[in-house]
Amino acid sequence: MTVRDALNSAIDEEMSADPKVFLMGEEVGEYQGAYKITKGLLEKYGPDRVLDTPITEAGFTGIGVGAAYHGLKPIVEFMTFNFSMQAIDHIINSAAKSNYMSAGQISVPIVFRGPNGAAAGVGAQHSQCYAPWFASCPGLKVLAPYSSEDARGLMKAAIRDPDPVVFLENELLYGESFPVSAEVLDSSFCLPIGKAKIEREGKDVTITAFSKMVGYALKAAEILSKEGISAEVINLRSIRPLDRATINNSVRKTNRLVTVEEGFPQHGIGAEICASVVEDSFEYLDAAIERIAGADVPMPYAANLERLAVPQVEDIVRAAKRTCYRSSSLAATA
Amino acid sequence: MALSHLSSTRSNRLLRPLAAAASSLCRPISTSTEPLVIETSIPFTPHKCEPPSRSVETNPQELLTFFRDMATMRRMEIAADSLYKAKLIRGFCHLYDGQEAVCVGMEASINKKDCIITAYRDHCTFLGRGGTLLEIFSELMGRQGGCSKGKGGSMHFYKKESGFYGGHGIVGAQVPLGCGLAFAQKYNKDENVTFALYGDGAANQGQLFEALNISALWDLPIILVCENNHYGMGTAEWRAAKSPSYYKRGDYVPGLKVDGMDVLAVKQACKFAKEHVLKNGPIILEMDTYRYHGHSMSDPGSTYRTRDEISGVRQERDPIERVRKLVLGHDLATEKELKDIEKEIRKEVDEAIAKAKESPMPEPSELFTNVYVKGFGTESFGADRKELRATLP
Repeated sequence: MTVRDALNSAIDEEMSADPKVFLMGEEVGEYQGAYKITKGLLEKYGPDRVLDTPITEAGFTGIGVGAAYHGLKPIVEFMTFNFSMQAIDHIINSAAKSNYMSAGQISVPIVFRGPNGAAAGVGAQHSQCYAPWFASCPGLKVLAPYSSEDARGLMKAAIRDPDPVVFLENELLYGESFPVSAEVLDSSFCLPIGKAKIEREGKDVTITAFSKMVGYALKAAEILSKEGISAEVINLRSIRPLDRATINNSVRKTNRLVTVEEGFPQHGIGAEICASVVEDSFEYLDAAIERIAGADVPMPYAANLERLAVPQVEDIVRAAKRTCYRSSSLAATA
Repeated sequence: MALSHLSSTRSNRLLRPLAAAASSLCRPISTSTEPLVIETSIPFTPHKCEPPSRSVETNPQELLTFFRDMATMRRMEIAADSLYKAKLIRGFCHLYDGQEAVCVGMEASINKKDCIITAYRDHCTFLGRGGTLLEIFSELMGRQGGCSKGKGGSMHFYKKESGFYGGHGIVGAQVPLGCGLAFAQKYNKDENVTFALYGDGAANQGQLFEALNISALWDLPIILVCENNHYGMGTAEWRAAKSPSYYKRGDYVPGLKVDGMDVLAVKQACKFAKEHVLKNGPIILEMDTYRYHGHSMSDPGSTYRTRDEISGVRQERDPIERVRKLVLGHDLATEKELKDIEKEIRKEVDEAIAKAKESPMPEPSELFTNVYVKGFGTESFGADRKELRATLP
């Protein structure tokens, strides 16, 4: 099942199960979704529940949050999360903080979803990863699926969740297909929020990643295994709450850590994971923690520069080897 | 309160001196619901609609309720001023005295399933929606008995069960949120409406126009109410808005300009607006009002306007004085009775403050509550995470 179909079916099933769930965003209805994630939903649920909005993020996000205040369950789509900046006051001040400020009176069961991070050749204004910004804010939950199973399970969890959820998809993953079990296809399937998944078990080095980088980390693990390094790949799934327990338990086993993300390095997800591990598992570290992240520059357009601006599989391999005190030029020893 | 009192006519007044000795001490204030028709101070100014009539139907009981409610709000805000100066209220405190007619007139025309959302000048709006003086003073002083259990403060009062959705600190944000409330009301097929209040400062916010556009497109039952007190903090309307005709700023959305110091005009306008939006989509009401205090307690309010202006409004247009004149002029109560009401109110307010002072500060564990509805056992941290951490339920 492709990630696209996984998301579409998850939204469809949740809309079918709960009449309070509705969808709004640019082109989500008649256009069938800018990336076809919401294909067929307008025909199925009608214009009262699938609403095409004008290109006014601040306005329609505020309307979505207000509807959630009143007890509906909106799914607000940002065509990409770059445009969420126009509405960020509503995400943070109107949504995330309301339950706290009202001492529990005003809960906000809303999902903000859309593609996040770099696509291909879309340039600086359309390529930023917003995980660090949203994940730093108490009151929000931030999810980032990788596989189709993740997409289905986390989307359903997000829609059912009574708190505001920022759901960070990835445009380049939409078309990727993953095997899914019957359990995943069942309409009651749901993944827990706040739990990471160990995609590949290993014993020499822990590699954390989320979204598209999970695929890269798995490829890196494959290459590393041929060189005698057994990497454990953790798919974070949930950026906030962060599954510190799974990460720390893994590092206590492997004693080495490489964090991988696509976004800007400073104050990124890797920085938080690094701090968490240093605080809770310092004595277990046999090497300095390595961070692999996007380059510390706005995203360039030219293909060769773009390639240098995002992590590649070889970057992850190189960093993992550094933690094992092996450099690429030496032959692997058993 | 044995005798029932009928609205006076000239002939009754002639009879009164005879009964005075015995009965004037215990003649109750009029609780009659006999209709009374009173003209608004000035006509409504319409934009793309037919204005409602200047003749407002009311009754003695309602007028006396208006008097009591507004006087309570006035007294409450003045008491809050003193508490702030005594450092029992901290941070921001935005007072509403002068503007009471807007929220009181609005309440008279709607029910608790209609929704109200406003910005940070929300103490009186909250009271009007059924909040208590005790909840208000407790919240202002950051105590457990506060309506937000001390965790919100002056700008964050809510009463969801009676349709009050806050209480918002970001100028203008409450308008799209209000349109969202109206969206939900329409989605649920309630026959109810939302009033989103904002000031002349917020009237220039882009998100307001974004939300208004969507509301008009989708026919949402939303009433935008611009409480034009003529100053956005220290900036007069003519310095902030190229067009300060806020009731016209909706362009394709109809509007009405209302004397916001006349509680009957406000009631009439809100009644008209509610009927309008249930059939025709959004409308804008501009309430011409005035705040006696500065923008907040840290603003003396006299550097950008003259004391003469302030006292002039107090003399000519004070909403409570207008109702007092109406009540006395229609012989619905005596001056003494009204003064007694005010004394009663003063006592109520003082008692509420005393009780609020007894309410304890929140428990330290409350630092970590209500971050989420469902925390999934995730951990949260204090300043020193090795010292203070908590599991979110």
